[in-house]
Amino acid sequence: MDYFVNVTLTGLTQGMIYSAFALALVLIWRSTRIVNFAQGSMAAATTFIALALIQAGQSYWVALVVALASGFVLGAIVERVIIRPVEGGPELNAVIVTLGLFVAIQAGIAIVFGSSFQSFPTPFGVRGFEVGGTTIPLTPTSLYVIGSVLLVMALLVALFRFTRIGLAMRASAFSQEVARLLGVKVGGMLTLGWGLAAVVGSLSGLLIAGGTFVWPAYMDALIVFGFVAAIIGGLDSPVGAIVGGLILGLALSYVSGYAPRGSALVNISALVILIVVLLVRPGGLFSSTTARRA
Amino acid sequence: MSDLHSPASTGTAGKATDEAPVLATAGADAPSAPAETRRSFLPQSTLLRHLLVLAASAVLAVALLELSSPYQNSQLATLTYYAIAAGGLTVLTGMNGQISLGHGALMAAGAYTTALFLDAEEPLPLPLILVVAVVVATAIGALVGVAAARLHGPYLAGATLALAVGLPGLAIYFHDIFGGEQGLRVRAPRAPEAFGSFIEAVSGNSASNTKWLAYVGTICLLITYFFLANLVRSRIGRTWRAVRDQEVAAELAGINLGAWRVLAFVVSAAAAGLAGGVLAIVVRLAAPSGFTLVLSLALLTAIVIGGLGSLLGALLGSALLVFLPPFVTDLGGDLGLDQTEAAQLAPFVYGVVLIVAMIFAPAGFVGTIRLRWMTAKAKRASARAAGANGG
Repeated sequence: MDYFVNVTLTGLTQGMIYSAFALALVLIWRSTRIVNFAQGSMAAATTFIALALIQAGQSYWVALVVALASGFVLGAIVERVIIRPVEGGPELNAVIVTLGLFVAIQAGIAIVFGSSFQSFPTPFGVRGFEVGGTTIPLTPTSLYVIGSVLLVMALLVALFRFTRIGLAMRASAFSQEVARLLGVKVGGMLTLGWGLAAVVGSLSGLLIAGGTFVWPAYMDALIVFGFVAAIIGGLDSPVGAIVGGLILGLALSYVSGYAPRGSALVNISALVILIVVLLVRPGGLFSSTTARRA
Repeated sequence: MSDLHSPASTGTAGKATDEAPVLATAGADAPSAPAETRRSFLPQSTLLRHLLVLAASAVLAVALLELSSPYQNSQLATLTYYAIAAGGLTVLTGMNGQISLGHGALMAAGAYTTALFLDAEEPLPLPLILVVAVVVATAIGALVGVAAARLHGPYLAGATLALAVGLPGLAIYFHDIFGGEQGLRVRAPRAPEAFGSFIEAVSGNSASNTKWLAYVGTICLLITYFFLANLVRSRIGRTWRAVRDQEVAAELAGINLGAWRVLAFVVSAAAAGLAGGVLAIVVRLAAPSGFTLVLSLALLTAIVIGGLGSLLGALLGSALLVFLPPFVTDLGGDLGLDQTEAAQLAPFVYGVVLIVAMIFAPAGFVGTIRLRWMTAKAKRASARAAGANGG
């Protein structure tokens, strides 16, 4: 029983991180109809900025804030300079551009920061709380992970629901031309959307790095899992991204916890889950009604 | 909203305009044979023309292999398996509009099959083993293709991405058969006697095993490209392009979209399987570390830079993959980077080139040149027509 609870809690914590990453992908997909394959390396870049600050003697929190801010700047610059020319063009072109960005940023990190494994600190302990003499498998770090993802999601909901900027961003995502006619600066909203998404992506990168090792390609698994989570959820639905992330986190945790030598099966299970979901619902679990094709 | 992004709104391929080509697959739309009445010195039959090109390429390949050093021989052997896989991928992506980030995994299927069969007490003849590798990769490709046929764009990219990351994991899970992280060492097949006398007769060089493997790769490459070139100029190729450019029109014309997409995936998986088989004997190792996501992305880079849908483009792009890294790494060393940093310069350059190519010349090398040529021809024709009307 203890083991089951342990595996479940691990799955939930991992699932929260996948959710955050999937949410970042969904934010970009909703506004520009582009899947940002470079999300992972962009997040890795900001994590390495944070690591450099921490190694220079700054506190974790200063590093966190700087990393998130640089994530925003990076996201905005990428949208303005690299993505803008292929926006609204053929799907394939945009996919290839973000893949190129993925490769280039990852190699860039290795050139600047080196490709060795480096340990990344966590602000809280990784020892479970003690309740009535027994240690329960809930650690302060996992509470911090779950709490910060929930906080960011609440802030995003507040932004989109209750502010004028949020309304303008929703309008540009819904229909660019109508929004433009109504005086919304659509270009600025797209840049803002990419910036915000990059912040959320960076946060998930920092959270998954906490207490473990980082290297330039450490986000590769998260790209795949976050992407699978976003697709399970339907790519278009923020709620779907969160649910997809939690489902995937739990499923992978059970596979790795219960199947014999399960950790080697994690990647292939993600593939199987994805294929099964897409065969049943090609648009994902939370997809809205299918669009007409012509 | 969805109308803006449907593939139907992008069907401007083949139009000759002054603007830079905007469509990545423009390179695939070469004029078909009967339109070129002026090039009368070539036979009218597509098959005959392709046979002529095949014979010329074979002579060229032998000359290249005999005039180059043993190190360059091994580089050319590497080039052959990249080019075989890239040829299959360019047919899938350029002709049929499906993207695959998972061809590295299909190559792994071919490579592991070859490794296992070569390890037998009395190994089958090499051509037969390569055929088995193709069959295995084709079977996996058919499975994936059935799932992929219902997906498009980002969904397809995601599913194949998961394939690229997931499938090599099986090799680690079943480590008794596939050797786990260390992988399988491949017993390279020996060259037959006749090969030695053939080389002796052609150039007088000694027939090393490296050279034999380069020849095996080259033969596979020529067969694959001959087969693919005929396929894309046939009814099958035209149907693929119809499915790519105008889904609705194609469906109205009675084309079963799903079946044709699966077929495209199967064909390109077969090429990837053969490429994996050649890789196994050239590298002499089939290990998960050889089939990372980077391999799949490298193949994509090759076909995009060369020009999507063009076999010549796939070959040129693969050559870039083989010959650029040593060059860039040396350059990095000269600039004062240490060895591990310099090794990362090559992927950095790939990435940047991929972005720049997509923004400024999405039709790739071959596609851009072809479009420029067609534009110039159309301009000349319209100028002639205007002159005739005026006079």
